[in-house]
Amino acid sequence: MNVSYLYSLLAVIVLGLIAYAGAAVGLEGLFGIFIPYLAVLVFLVGFINHVLDWAKSPVPFRITTTCGQQQSQDFFKQAKIDNPSTTRGVIIRMILEILLFRSLFRNSRVEFNGEKISYKWVVWLWLFALLFHYSFFVVVIRHLRFFLEPSPFFVGALETVDGMLQIGLPGLFLSGVALLGGAVLLLLRRILLPKMNYISRPADYFPLFLIIGIALTGILMRYFTKVDVVKIKELTLGLASFHPGIPDGGVSALFYVHLFFVSILVAYIPFSKLMHMGGIFLSPTRNLANNNRMKRHINPWNPDVKIHTYDEYEDDFREKMKEADIPVEKE
Amino acid sequence: MAEIPKSEEMFEDIDHTPPEKDWEETGAPITPGRFSYPAKDKSLAVMGFPQPGEWSPTDEAWPLPENWQEIIHEGFKERLDKYRSLKIFMDTCVRCGACADKCHYFIGTGDPKNMPVVRAELMRSIYRNDFTTAGKILGSIAGGRKLTKEVIKEWFSYFYQCSECRRCSVFCPYGIDTAEVTMMGRELLNLLGININWIMEPVANCFRTGNHLGIQPHAFKEMVEFFCDDIEEITGKKLNPSFNRKGAEVLFITPSGDYFADPGTYTFMGYLMLFEAIGLDYTLSTYASEGGNFGLFTSSDAMKKLNSKMYAEAKRLGVKFILGGECGHMWRVINQYMDTMNGPADFMEVPKSPITGTVFNNAASTKMIHVTEFTSDLIRHNKLKLDPSRNDHLKVTFHDSCNPSRAMGLLDEPRYVIQNVCNNFYEMPENTIREQTFCCGSGSGLNNEEAMDLRLRGGLPRANAVKHVHNKYGVNMLACICAIDRAALPPLMDYWVPGVDVTGIHELVANALVMDGEIERTTDLRFEPLNGEEGEADV
Repeated sequence: MNVSYLYSLLAVIVLGLIAYAGAAVGLEGLFGIFIPYLAVLVFLVGFINHVLDWAKSPVPFRITTTCGQQQSQDFFKQAKIDNPSTTRGVIIRMILEILLFRSLFRNSRVEFNGEKISYKWVVWLWLFALLFHYSFFVVVIRHLRFFLEPSPFFVGALETVDGMLQIGLPGLFLSGVALLGGAVLLLLRRILLPKMNYISRPADYFPLFLIIGIALTGILMRYFTKVDVVKIKELTLGLASFHPGIPDGGVSALFYVHLFFVSILVAYIPFSKLMHMGGIFLSPTRNLANNNRMKRHINPWNPDVKIHTYDEYEDDFREKMKEADIPVEKE
Repeated sequence: MAEIPKSEEMFEDIDHTPPEKDWEETGAPITPGRFSYPAKDKSLAVMGFPQPGEWSPTDEAWPLPENWQEIIHEGFKERLDKYRSLKIFMDTCVRCGACADKCHYFIGTGDPKNMPVVRAELMRSIYRNDFTTAGKILGSIAGGRKLTKEVIKEWFSYFYQCSECRRCSVFCPYGIDTAEVTMMGRELLNLLGININWIMEPVANCFRTGNHLGIQPHAFKEMVEFFCDDIEEITGKKLNPSFNRKGAEVLFITPSGDYFADPGTYTFMGYLMLFEAIGLDYTLSTYASEGGNFGLFTSSDAMKKLNSKMYAEAKRLGVKFILGGECGHMWRVINQYMDTMNGPADFMEVPKSPITGTVFNNAASTKMIHVTEFTSDLIRHNKLKLDPSRNDHLKVTFHDSCNPSRAMGLLDEPRYVIQNVCNNFYEMPENTIREQTFCCGSGSGLNNEEAMDLRLRGGLPRANAVKHVHNKYGVNMLACICAIDRAALPPLMDYWVPGVDVTGIHELVANALVMDGEIERTTDLRFEPLNGEEGEADV
C-alpha cells in the first residue's frame, strides 16, 4: 500500500510544531503579522499570474464535450444545458458545474456480477465534495467577523442558521464539524480505497491534512481551550486595517498554529492542484457552446500547411481517370 | 501476434486490484497484443515526419534522435503556448478518481495505468518537472518526474491504449478531456518519428490518393459500379451515380471503409438507393473520397492537410452543400475542427434539403450535414415509402459512436431513422448509450490485427451491454453510424456475443425503402432471403 500520506501528515505536524514553538519563544510578530501578509501577497501574485498565464494561451478549437442531444431540427428536443448552443445555455451549464458539481453527480461504479458488467450510480464522492466545499465556504464567510467591523449582516444571519442546533456553549457551528468530517471522509477515501490509494500522492494528502489541521485547531480554540476571542479579533482587525499589532498579554499559541496553517494553505494554492478553483472557469470542454457548425470559430495560429491539391492529384492519375470516364480538368 | 484466450477465460482474468508498486516505478509493459506496429519510413516521409528506420517497440533501445529530450521539451512548450486546454488539463486535476473506471480500456484490461487520471499523469509529471515552480523546486514531492527513455516508452504504450473517446471527460468535474492529452502526447511522439503504421499509412495514402485505403480513382468507380450491379439484381433498378461532376447540387463524402469491406458496403449501397429514390442531384468525388481523417490521431497539421480536400473539392465542383456519411471521428473533425481549419466555406449555401425545403441552420457556417440529419428530415416529411416489415427478422439495438455522441450530440437522429425503418428496436442499458456510450475498443487508429487483445478487452463494456439485450430481447443486429465500428464490431461480437451482426443505418433504410418501379424484393442487400420468403415457399 502506498503510504505517501505519511509524508504529508508529517509535514503538517512539523509545520504545526514550528508555529507553536515560534509563538512560545516570542516570534508572535513573525507568525501573527509577517507570514499572514506574505501568504496573502504570494496568493494574490501567484493566483493572478497563473490565470494570466492560462489566458495567454489561445483556445484554437471549440472542443465542447457534448452530454446530450444537439440542436438540429425542431422535432429533436435539444439538451439545452448539457449540449448548449447559446451563451445562455453555457452559463447555466457552468453555474451548475461550479455550484452543484453536476458532472461529478453522474459518477458511477463499475461492477462485475457473474457474466454481467453493471454501472451503479454512486453519490458519495459528489456528496463528500459538496459537503466539504460548502462547509469550507460557510466557515470562510463566518470568519469575516474577524476582519470586518461591524461585521456584515449576512455573517450574523449565517451564524444563526449554522448554529441552529443550539448545542453547547459557545453554540456549535455545523459548518466546522462538516468541514472536518468532509475532509476526513475525502482523506479516508484516498487511504482506504485501493484505486484511490494508487493514484494519490503527497500533493493530494497535504492540503487535506492542512485543512483538517485548520478545522481541528479552530474547533479546539472555540469549544475546548476557549481562547480569548476579543484579543484575537484585535489582532485580525489590525491585519485587515493594515494597522497590525500583537495584542497586549498575547494570544494562545494554538491560535498561531491555526493562523500559520491558513497562511500556508493560502500561499500554497497558486502552486498546486488547488488552482482547480480557477481552472474550472476556463475549461474549454465545458465553457464553450457546441455551435461550431453555426458560427465559425477562429484559431489565431491557424497554420499554413502544404496540401496535396486537386491538380497534383489529377497529374498523378489523369490517364487512369480518363480511361474510367471520370471527368478531368486538363485533357 | 499474441494468442487470444477464450472469451470466458479473458473475462475471468480481469482484475482491477492495483499493484503494490507505485505507477512511477512500473515502467512501460510492451505486451504482445496490446501494442501496434511502428510506422514505416515511407509513410512518415510523405507527411514530413522524422524517419527512425526499422524498429520494434519490443526492442530494448528505441531509435530516438540524439537531442530527443530537447525536442520533447520544446514541443511541449510550444503546445502549452498554443493550447489553453493543455495548460488547464495539466494544472487542474485533483485526482478525485471519478474518471478511473470510466475508461473501457481500464475496465477490460485492469491495467491501472489505463485509468484516465494516470494516463494523463504520465504527461503531467513531466509538465510539473519542466514547467512549474513547485515541480522545479520540490521535484517528485510535487509530483514531478524526469523525462527518461522509459517515459517515452510509457507514452507510446498508453497513448496508444486510448481511443480518444472522451467518455472520461463527461464525468470529470473540470471537464478534463483525456483525448486532448493523448492527442498532445501523440503529437510529441511524432516529433521523434514514433507513430504506428495503422495510422501513418492511411494518413499517407489519404494525402496522395484521397482516401485511407489508397484506392485510386478508377478503382473507386469500379467498386461503386459493382454495388450498382448488386442493387440492380436486388431491386431491378439501374443506378448511375456520377463522379467528380461539376454543377451537382450536393457533394456526398463517406469513409472509404464504406466502399471497401462488408458490412460497410451495404451501407454504401443504402446511400445510393436512398439518393436514387428521392432523385437527389449529387456527385461522388474520387479526390475527396474519404470521410474519415486519421490525421486527427496524428497531429493537428496532418488533420488539416487531409481535411482540406473536402472544401477544395466542393469549391471546384461548385456544389451547394456537402452531405456526409456515417462515420464517427469524421464527425468530430467536421463538427469541431473543419470550419476553423479550412473555412470559411462562403462559396457554398446554407444546406437546404431539395426534397423537403428544410434549411439546416445548425450547419449554417460549415455547410455540411450528417446523412441521418438529412434522412430523418425526409422521413419526418413523409418523403420516403418505407416498409419496415422487411427488417422484421432483425431485432436491432443501436451503438452510439463516441465522437458523434460526445463531440456533436447526434443522438436522436439515428434513433428516429432506425425506429421508422425497423419494427424491433431495443436500447442497451442507460449507462452504456448516448453520451455515456462505450467505444468499440478500436477507435483512434487502433483497429489493427496486432492489437487484438487490447481491442477485445477495450470493446468488452460495449459487447457486454449488447449481450444484455441479446439475452433479454433476442437482439441480433447491432446498428452503428461509424465505419470503424463496422470494421471492429463484427470480430468483437463474434468473440463476446456470437449471433449478433453489425449494420450501418442506411443499410436498414435501403432494405425498408420502397423505390418507384422496383421489382418485388426477395432478398435483402446481403442477398439473404427476406423474412417470411422461405416460409411462404413451403406452403
